[in-house]
Amino acid sequence: MKLLVCVSKTPETTTKIQLTGDGSDVDTSGVKYIMNPYDEWYALVRALELKEAAGSGSVTLLNVGPADNDSVIRKGLAVGADDAIRVDAEGSSSLFIAKQIAAQAKEGNYDILFFGKETIDYNGSEVGAMVAELLDVVYVHEASKLEVSGTTATVTRDIEGGVEIVEVELPLVVSAAKGMAEQRIPNMRGIMMAKRKPLKVVPAVDAAVSTKVTHYDLPPEKSAVKLIEPDDMTELVRLLHEEAKVI
Amino acid sequence: MVLVFAEATNGKFKKAAHEAITYGTKTAAAMGTECVALTIGQVENAGDLGRFGATKVYNVNSDATATFDSGVYAAAIAEAAKQLGAKVIVMIHDSTGKSVMGRVAARLDAGSAPGVNSVPTVSGGGLTVRKSVFSGKAFAEVEITSEYKVISVAGNSIPVEETGAAATVESLDLALPASRTKVLETQRATGRIPLPEAELVVSGGRGLKGPENWNVIEDLAEALGATTACSRPVADVDWRPHHEHVGQTGVAIRPNLYIAAGISGAIQHLAGVNNSKTIVVINKDPEAPFFKAADYGVVGDLFEVLPKLTEAVKAYKAS
Ligand SMILES: Cc1cc2nc3c(=O)[nH]c(=O)nc-3n(C[C@H](O)[C@H](O)[C@H](O)COP(=O)(O)OP(=O)(O)OC[C@H]3O[C@@H](n4cnc5c(N)ncnc54)[C@H](O)[C@@H]3O)c2cc1C
Ligand SMILES: Cc1cc2nc3c(=O)[nH]c(=O)nc-3n(C[C@H](O)[C@H](O)[C@H](O)COP(=O)(O)OP(=O)(O)OC[C@H]3O[C@@H](n4cnc5c(N)ncnc54)[C@H](O)[C@@H]3O)c2cc1C
Repeated sequence: MKLLVCVSKTPETTTKIQLTGDGSDVDTSGVKYIMNPYDEWYALVRALELKEAAGSGSVTLLNVGPADNDSVIRKGLAVGADDAIRVDAEGSSSLFIAKQIAAQAKEGNYDILFFGKETIDYNGSEVGAMVAELLDVVYVHEASKLEVSGTTATVTRDIEGGVEIVEVELPLVVSAAKGMAEQRIPNMRGIMMAKRKPLKVVPAVDAAVSTKVTHYDLPPEKSAVKLIEPDDMTELVRLLHEEAKVI
Repeated sequence: MVLVFAEATNGKFKKAAHEAITYGTKTAAAMGTECVALTIGQVENAGDLGRFGATKVYNVNSDATATFDSGVYAAAIAEAAKQLGAKVIVMIHDSTGKSVMGRVAARLDAGSAPGVNSVPTVSGGGLTVRKSVFSGKAFAEVEITSEYKVISVAGNSIPVEETGAAATVESLDLALPASRTKVLETQRATGRIPLPEAELVVSGGRGLKGPENWNVIEDLAEALGATTACSRPVADVDWRPHHEHVGQTGVAIRPNLYIAAGISGAIQHLAGVNNSKTIVVINKDPEAPFFKAADYGVVGDLFEVLPKLTEAVKAYKAS
C-alpha cells in the first residue's frame, strides 16, 4: 500500500499570537512551530498502522513550504514515515498548495492521501477536498475511523451531532480527526534514523494565488470579569437576561 | 449573481441555511446584484428560502444526490454557478460545507475563504471578508481576487433577517457524475442541538472529578435548553464523547452563552471558545486563568453552584 501524508507546519498551541505594529502580518519572532496536530497525531499514525498491518508498502510525507520546514518534516520521519517530499515554495494560498500536492500525487500513484481535518493556524478545512477534485478522486472529510480491506475503505466521518459510516473504493483522499489513531512519540532510534531518511526537495509548479490576507487584528480585550456571589444565582440569571441578553 | 448552497438535513433547513441566505442576500446587495439559492436532493418547502432574501430557488435532484458524496455535490454547485452565471458561491461552514467547498473552489479555479464571519466589502472586482484564524486567537481580513469566489459562513456569525416572501422553485437539470460514496449508516443524536450550531452551551472540565458527576452539567443544560461540551482531557479519558471536546484541537464554537464549570482556561481551551458572546466561569480557584476571559465569574464549588444556578434558571423560566 502506497500512502501519502500531507503535513503542514503550525505555531505551537501555547503560542500567544502577536501582530506587527500595523497589523499587516503576524509577528513570528520567537514563535515555536510544530507539525499540525491532526496531521501528526491522527493522519500520520493511521498511515503507519495501515502499512504495518499490510506488512508492506510505504508512507511518504509531503509538505509545501520553505526550507525552515525541514525540522517539522524530520519529526514526521522520526515518528516512522519512510521518506518525504518538500515542494519548495511559500504556501500562500490553499488552492496553490493543493495544486502542488496534486502534481506530486499524480506522479506517486498513491492508494490513500491523508490530510488533517484542518490546520490550527488558518483553519481552512479545504486543502484535502481541493486535492481530491484536482485528482478526480473520492474524498471523505473529518474521518474519526478508517479501516481498509483490499481496495475498499470503510470510513466513519464526524457530522454535526453524530457520525456517518461510508464505504468507498481506493484511491481515496481522507482528512483525519480525533479518534482515527493515537499519537506516537518518536523514540531515540527513530530520531537517529530520521536523519538518514530521504527528503526530496522539488520545485513548485506554476499556480496562481488569488487570496491574500490584507490585515490582521486581535480579539478585543475583555473588560474585567463581574463576580457574582456563589449563593446568589438569581442575580446571575438576572444579569444574563437583562444585561447580557443571552437568555 | 450570488449563489447560496442552502443545505438541508433530512429535507429540512436549519438555522445555518437561513444565515447563509441572509449572508448571500447582503453580499448581493453590496455587489448590486441578486441572490439565488440552490438546494440539492429532496427538500421540503424550498421556496421558503425567499423569506430570507433569495429571489429564486433552484433544486437539483437525481439518483446521484440521494445520499451525500462530496464530488457529486461539488459538481452540482459548480455547474449550477456556471449555468446561472453566479460568480460568488456561498455555503455553510459545517461538515457538508467543508467536504465540498475545496472541491468547488478547485473546479472553478476560485479563491476561497472558509469560515467567514462578516459580510464582504466590495472593492473593484475583489471581495474582502473577515475570518477567525489561529483557532480564534486572531482575525484576518482576506481579499479574494479571482473571477469565481467561494465563501463559507461560520455558524452564529450573522443574525437571520427576514426580508421577502416565498420564492419560486425551479428544478435544474445538470449532468452530474455518479456517486462514489456508499453510505452504510447515519447516526445523529436526536434532541439536542449539535454543538457548532448551539446558542447556549454548558461545559465541564476536570473539576467535575468523574463522569458520574455530569448530572450537574446535564441538569443545567436541560433547564436552559443548552448543548453540553467539555475540555479536552475529559474527552481523552472517555468521561465524555470526543465530539463534545471544544478548543483549539476540538470544536471551535461561538455561542451566545458559554458556561464553563471546573475548567481552568488553558490557552488551547480558550482558543476554541473565546468568540462566545458571553462567558460565565465557575471555578473554586479565584486565580484560574479562565476568569480573565470571562464576562461573569463565580468563585465557588461547582457542586454547590451549578444546582443553585439550575434552580434559578427554572424559576426564571417559570416566571
Ligand atoms: C508566509 C505565509 C503567508 C501566508 N499568507 C497568506 C495570505 O496572504 N492569505 C491566506 O489566505 N493565507 C495565507 N497563508 C496561509 C496559507 O494560505 C495556508 O497555509 C493554507 O491556506 C493552508 O491552510 P488551511 O488552513 O487552508 O489548510 P487546511 O485546508 O485546513 O489544511 C488541511 C490539511 O491540508 C494539509 N496541508 C495544509 N497546508 C499544507 C502544506 N503547506 N503542505 C502540505 N500539506 C498541507 C494538511 O494535511 C492539513 O491538515 C500564508 C501562510 C504562510 C506560511
Ligand atoms: C497540543 C495541545 C492541544 C490542546 N488542545 C486542547 C483543546 O482543544 N481543548 C482543551 O480543552 N484543552 C486542550 N489542551 C489541554 C489544555 O492544555 C489543558 O490541559 C486542558 O484544557 C485542561 O482541562 P481542564 O480545564 O478541564 O482541567 P484542569 O486544568 O485540571 O482544570 C480543572 C479546573 O477545575 C477547577 N476545580 C476543581 N474542582 C472544582 C470544584 N469542585 N468546583 C469548581 N472548580 C473546581 C480547578 O480549580 C481547575 O481550575 C491541549 C493541550 C495541548 C498540549
